[in-house]
Formats: sequence, C-alpha cells, structure tokens
Amino acid sequence: MGKTIYINGVCGISAQTEEAIFGNKPLEYSNNIFPAVPVDYKEVIPAMALRRMSKAIKMGLFAAKKALAIANEDIPDAIITATGEGCKQDTEKFLESVLDQDEDLLTPTSFIQSTHNTVGGQIALNLNCTGYNVTYTQEDISLESALLDALLLLKEDPEIKNVLVGSVDEISPKITRFSYLNNFLKQKEIRNLDLFSTASVGTITSEGAFFFSLTGEKRKNSEVEICAVSTFKEIEISKISDHIQQFLKQNNSSIEDLDFIVLGKNGDQIQNGIYEHLEKDLFINSTILAYKHLSGDFNTVTGFAMWLTCKIFKNNSVPEILRLNSGSSKNPRLALLYNLSQDNSTHSLILLKKV
Amino acid sequence: MNKGVAITGMGITSALGFGIEANYNALLSNKHGISFPELLDTKHKNLPVAEIKRSNLDLENELQLPSNHAYTRAALLAIHAIKQAVRQSHLDDEKLFTTGFISGSSVGGIDATEKFYKDYDSSSKNRRFIRAQHPGFTTSQIAKYFKINGYSSTISTACSSGANAIMLGARLINSGKLERVIVGGTDCLTKFTLNGFNTLKILSEEHCKPFDENRNGLNLGEGAAYLILEADHLINDKKVLGRIIGYGNANDAYHQTASSKTGEGAFLAMKKAIQTSGLKTSEIDYINAHGTATKNNDLSESIAIKRIFGNHIPAFSSTKAFTGHTLAAAGALEAVFSILSLQNEKQFANLNFAETMQETQLKPVTSLRSVSMQHVLSNSFGFGGNCTTLIFSKNG
Repeated sequence: MGKTIYINGVCGISAQTEEAIFGNKPLEYSNNIFPAVPVDYKEVIPAMALRRMSKAIKMGLFAAKKALAIANEDIPDAIITATGEGCKQDTEKFLESVLDQDEDLLTPTSFIQSTHNTVGGQIALNLNCTGYNVTYTQEDISLESALLDALLLLKEDPEIKNVLVGSVDEISPKITRFSYLNNFLKQKEIRNLDLFSTASVGTITSEGAFFFSLTGEKRKNSEVEICAVSTFKEIEISKISDHIQQFLKQNNSSIEDLDFIVLGKNGDQIQNGIYEHLEKDLFINSTILAYKHLSGDFNTVTGFAMWLTCKIFKNNSVPEILRLNSGSSKNPRLALLYNLSQDNSTHSLILLKKV
Repeated sequence: MNKGVAITGMGITSALGFGIEANYNALLSNKHGISFPELLDTKHKNLPVAEIKRSNLDLENELQLPSNHAYTRAALLAIHAIKQAVRQSHLDDEKLFTTGFISGSSVGGIDATEKFYKDYDSSSKNRRFIRAQHPGFTTSQIAKYFKINGYSSTISTACSSGANAIMLGARLINSGKLERVIVGGTDCLTKFTLNGFNTLKILSEEHCKPFDENRNGLNLGEGAAYLILEADHLINDKKVLGRIIGYGNANDAYHQTASSKTGEGAFLAMKKAIQTSGLKTSEIDYINAHGTATKNNDLSESIAIKRIFGNHIPAFSSTKAFTGHTLAAAGALEAVFSILSLQNEKQFANLNFAETMQETQLKPVTSLRSVSMQHVLSNSFGFGGNCTTLIFSKNG
C-alpha cells in the first residue's frame, strides 16, 4: 500500500472517558440516546464564542485543538473533517423556525452553522489555517473517506507534512429521535451495557468527536501507525472474509498476525448475524473486542474505535469490558478495526500498529 | 505541463435544459434560466431562482422508479445528468460496477425533510426519507441506481463541493487508486437554502449582475453535472473531451460565510492549481469565475485574480446569471462549461453587466466571443472559507 502514516496526537470526546474504560468503571446510561461527557471547552475556546456554538462545533474544535497540542503541532498543512449527519442541532433549529414561522422573521446564525463543513471551517478559522480543507460525509464511511484522503495527500504532495483528520457527529432533540421511527434505534429503552445481551432490532446512539494529528514521517512522539484504510461494498455474507483476507494480504499481514480485532457490533439482530458469522469463521482464533455498548452507534463511531485502539496500545492493556472472548491480550501491537454500515452493504477496515 | 486526467463523458441538468446540447445552445444565445419559483413550495415567490421546471414526479417517471423509492430531487437530477455522461463514455453495466463515484452535495435530501418533518411522528408513510436528509444517502442512492460498486463518497464543502469532488477524482486517477470515476455535484432548490440565503440578505430581487458595480446579490439555482474521468490506458479509441491538468484547494480562514478583503483563500487556491498544472499564469486563456454577484464575493475574487495575474488578466466571466448559483453543483456545472469553452473556442457572456466595479475596474466578457484557447481556469468558493480552483485543457 506504500507509505505509512503516523498518529502523533489523539483526542476523543464521547459518552465515555479513558479513565472510565481503563479503570473498569464504564459510564452507564439507561436511554437509547445518550450524550457525550462534557469537557471544559473554555480551556481552548473563548467563552464568548462558545455561547453561539452547537455541540458539534464545540466538540470538534476542542478535539482538534487538543490533538494538535498533544502532537506539538501549531498549524497543520491540511484539515480533513468527517461527519455523517453534519450540524444537526443548527439544521434542526433553522428548519423548525422556517416551518413554524412560515418563512418569516428568521435569523441567519443557525443557517450559517448548519452546513456540513461548519466544523472544518471553524477549525481553519480558529487556527488561521489556510491549507487544504475538505469535509466528507458518506454515512458510515465518512471518517474512512477522510483518512483515505489524508493518506493520499501525505503521499502525493511533498509540501504537506502534517494533516489534521477527525470526525464529529452530534445528537439533536428531534432529528436523532426520528431514528426510533425508522428502527435504527431499539424501540425499548435498554441499559447501554446490556447492548450485547439484548436480542432485538436496532441499536443505541450517542455522539462524539475524534481528531488525529498525522504525519508521513515518524516522530519522537509517534505512537501509532495507520498501516491501511479500506472500504468495500459487499452484500453476500460469505464473501466478506475473502475481502478482509485480501486486505490483510495486500498489507503483508494475516489474521494470525493480529493481536486483537475490534468489531463494530451494535446489538442489532441482523447485524449480529453478520458479525457472528465472522466471529465463528475468520476470527475463530482471534482476540475479539467490541465497543458500541460504551460509545453508542453513529456514522463516525469508527473514530471512537481508533481512539480506543490508540489508548489500548498506550496503556498496554485490554479492558475487560471490551472483550467478546477470552483470547490473549499480552503486549498488543497490531489491530484490525472492522465496521459494518447501518444498511449492511458497506464495510470498513482500518489496520493500526503500535510504534 | 502535465498531461492531465482525461474526461470521456459529461452530463448536465440545469435550468438551461437537460443535456450538453441544450445547455450549450442556451449559453450561445444568451438564454438564461432565471424565473420565479413555481415548483418550490415557498412564499418568497418574488425572489428570482433558476428552477428546473420539471416536477419530481416527471423526473421519476422518466426513470421508471418503483413507487416506494427514496430518491429525493437532488438524486433525481443527478441520475439524469449521469445517464448522459455514461452514454457518452460508452460505459456498460460491467464497467459501471467497478467505477468509483465522488459526489458533492450541500444539503442532500433536505427537501424531503422539510416536506415530511412534521408528519414523521404521526404517519409511517414517508419514514423511508428520514435518512435521505443526509448528503451521503443521496450519493448511495445514485450509486445504487447505476449499480456502482466502486469506492463512493461525498464531499460537502458548501458551494465548492462539486469542484472538490472533481479534484479528488483527478487525484485518485493520478495516484492509480482508481481507473475510472464519476465526479460532480448536485443540489436542488429547497425552502431551507432559499430562506437561509435570504436571512443573510444576499439574494437579489432582480436578475443577478456578476462583477457589476451595482450588483446586489445572487439568484439561487438547482442542477447537477457529472464528468467521467478515466486513466489513459482505458481510453483506447474513445474521444477525450478535455483534461483536468490543475487543481488547488485552500481555506480563506477569515469568516464562516464572508470572503476576506484580500481574497487570500481564492488566491491560494488559484496559485496551487496553476502550480500543479505546470503552466505559467500567461497560459491561462479564460476564467470561468465563481462570480455569484454578491458584493462580497465578486470583490474578493476580483482582488485575488489581480493578485495572481497582475496586469495581464485573462478574459473572464461568470455564468451564474445563466444558471443561478447551484451551490454544490456549481463547480461541476462550470467544469462542463469550461470544457465546452475549450471544445468550441467560446467565451460565454457575463450577462447583466453594465459598469465595472470601482475598486478593481475589471471588465468581464459581456458578449459571446470566439477565441482559440488551450487552458481554462474555473473557481468555486464556499461557506466555511472553502476555496477550490480547477484548470482544464484541450486534449493533446
């Protein structure tokens, strides 16, 4: 696949914290929609500006700035942002006023902040970064699209040395609740930690922002390598294993080399069938982890899986709460992240390696 | 100069008409597509828009879609445009299966959301449109229609989305990641965007006047345009319509919606595009400008053009007075127009222009001109400071 990319700084905001997961005290929720844990946004965003910001902008800007600070980077050469459903809170606010006020007496703020590239634009504005700037929104492979662009950019353009990549999705009062109506969410409220023991249609959801500061060259503070990212469309369950094996082969790797596999299992009955097929077939001898009982499921949740894997490498330990089986987890160095799209058609693969 | 990425098919649906020929004929005869909203459900019937006068039902019937489909207007417009491009490039089902698809859209299917928002709770009838709000769904639907199984993604950088999709497609071909990819953009008129731009007070109640001293805002439009890009080893005896030889993307980093006084983002995007093309600035023959006809954009873009080209400013015009500002589709529509310019050696008129802007004194092309050209530059800028420039050349 060519050049390796290094992660030098990571920041994630989600319904969990590093301490909760690695201290084996995962945060518990009893609704199928639950919010991200608040952080001290004032630390990096002026209070005046904060007041006008939706959750997506706050989370995105905070995570972006933190990831850069950890990587010791001032201004990146490129900013690539991913979002599945964009700035829903502002979209919802503006849409409701258009409908409720019959297109009268509207104010522009929420419209201005409703576009999908709002977060990417706000990060550029805040950092005064005039470099390459793109926002991807492709349902469950939005972040993967952004990562693929970053990998390409670091390879093709010698002027681009460091790229900030990240994802953000937020919950909003009304539009997120529509997910009950189309069966994306479970009809009955469950406790998040019961996700894998509740057999029914649908899942649970939350929100988050995950940013990664990347370089094409290894640095002192490089902690994780992104070996490869790939997506494929496949509706025949029996063929998924072939795609995964081919991906690993292309990257000079095999199932046996993987120290653990992170599955995007989300508790939905149909998805369970597909994941279980892989667990019993291709991954039969592997250490398998899952995380959506902690993070909820949303379009850019693979950002959580990446963040989590970086933390597992850093802490050199696999928290019990993530384990789906009892495979070995000593000194983990290589991980495969696999996720299935909500419509069961598109698959995502991310291969990460500890530096 | 690099050889560039070959374009072997194009398709367009706009208020000027369906298909390359209808659009080209309108551009030749100065026939604009601006009218008032008839199909869009809005009370702002006084605001001129470039509306495509075909209802969703008409668009669906022509495609023979099943009655329970979830195609929103942007997807329908896109399918009509891509069909033309696929035909021109002679792509059969087998080829389409392995083709990639990169689409730009700013609001995806929010036209469905604004129609059904209040009914979703009480009625299950239209709930298949819940996910259709999001631009990625629009792209997936289009890919499904054509049974495209290659890498598909959506770029949403407001009004530069289509241009960025074309840029990514060219990069994917240049890097060998893809051999064939359909690229472009689509957006339809919605209550959401019309009211949004209206609250910003940047919609004109007249026909828009790009680059004119007395310009007073833009006219929104709708449309879709797509190009088929192919690696050279796939072309064989296919006709190459033109090539993408340069691209540049930068951020203005000045304001969420307004452009900077120095046009920094536009300047950097043009600079980078010229750099990747390997051309000298003097080799740019014509600019299809972003030229939305807002006070702010046209001044900022003019200043950026002056900064790049100094005293030797190429002929330039904005075609937005023909098509309206089609948001995410604009860069794709204007890519098609740029190729038409090169193929037919025509510089299109910047309609409704009367007086040069006091600050810059730049005069666009005001009536159709026949000029031999090798290279055309096209600008697209959007909210969030997103600026993208593409450079097209004649084949060979």
